[in-house]
Amino acid sequence: MPAEGKTIENADLLKAFQERIDRDEKIEPKDWMPDAYRQTLIRQISQHAHSEVIGMLPEGNWIPRAPSLRRKAALIAKVQDEAGHGLYLYSAAETLGIDRETLYQQLLAGKAKYSSIFNYPTLTWADIGAVGWLVDGAAIMNQVMLTRTSYGPYARAMVRICKEESFHQRQGYEILLTLVRGSEEQKAMAQDALDRWWWPSLMMFGPNDAESVHSAQSMAWRIKRKSNDELRQQFVDATVPQAEVLGLQIPDADLKWNEDRGHYDFGEIDWNEFWSVVHGNGPCNRERMAAYQDAHANGAWVREAAMAYAEKRQMRKNETTGKIDLQVA
Amino acid sequence: MKNNWPIWEVFIRSKNGLSHKHVGSLHAADAEMAIENARDVYTRRSEGISIWVVESKNITASSPADAAALFEPAADKIYRHPTFYILPDEVKHM
Repeated sequence: MPAEGKTIENADLLKAFQERIDRDEKIEPKDWMPDAYRQTLIRQISQHAHSEVIGMLPEGNWIPRAPSLRRKAALIAKVQDEAGHGLYLYSAAETLGIDRETLYQQLLAGKAKYSSIFNYPTLTWADIGAVGWLVDGAAIMNQVMLTRTSYGPYARAMVRICKEESFHQRQGYEILLTLVRGSEEQKAMAQDALDRWWWPSLMMFGPNDAESVHSAQSMAWRIKRKSNDELRQQFVDATVPQAEVLGLQIPDADLKWNEDRGHYDFGEIDWNEFWSVVHGNGPCNRERMAAYQDAHANGAWVREAAMAYAEKRQMRKNETTGKIDLQVA
Repeated sequence: MKNNWPIWEVFIRSKNGLSHKHVGSLHAADAEMAIENARDVYTRRSEGISIWVVESKNITASSPADAAALFEPAADKIYRHPTFYILPDEVKHM
């Protein structure tokens, strides 16, 4: 494992590495890589994994109250997928030489970040529709790009995740479609969800390119292949027509089609809100962390018991076969 | 941290006639649990009909630094490929 401190770096190695990247070669776990590339990936992939895990909380909130068996089954399947996606990503991070327990501890201690979007509450059933449509929609924009990221295990995890996520956005949109075709109250509920989720969804793409500290290096290493602003624009362009089909109003007075650019113009994001949530002061930051810490603490005895049971069984097996397990003996 | 579950590599056979293919890894207390977890994580959409799990520490991988020594000797042995041999056009499909 390549975790033993700093990698030896010299100009030749760095140059050869950049040339591999420029030829669009994939970097695999045992290949030489600059320490900063490794650390950037560990940070990004583990944040992504943590987001999948914390992302289960706002949606899990509605599983017991889903309005029909069909909706409940779909929501359970979606939340189960998010758990799986967290696992794919943790596994990809582990190939870089960091172990799972360390990653968990970083999140538990509040040292690791996860996507701020999950610090907003899911107040009504329409929010489950809006989360699927907008939050998963925004995540998919980012993740489709990451299927072509330069680090092999990350790219492969993304391919599997994108395949599975395609139903997530559709089920959310279908929920909203049903609501807007319902009573006036239901339509108002859908509009209210859009009003609350629109701006936080745009914030998911991160700071503007000019403000984004890691962007340039990540682009040079082809970890990212599109900038925050490019992805955000792509999301707006894709989503506005979908809102029109729903007959809902996007809460942005500056939103309008720009014929010259061939894109929608849109208003300025409230960056004070963005940074405030990033720094821990969103509506649900404390609640999410407390739920995660509780789950981890309450599950500790299960993890320990499973390990003790596995060791006991191994010992019995060795007794009956007459083998001596040197690790146990 | 003591008693952490070891890490396992997971291989899935998607259907009979195809070989098992590496799909990823997971943590589990023992082989049986690794199979059960692999079933939950890697076959949720009927991706497989058979699972192998191998504890990661039991896999030995070749080093990228040895790649040239290991694989380059094959590069100039073009006579191992059928296209190396020139046959008249009249001989079709051989």
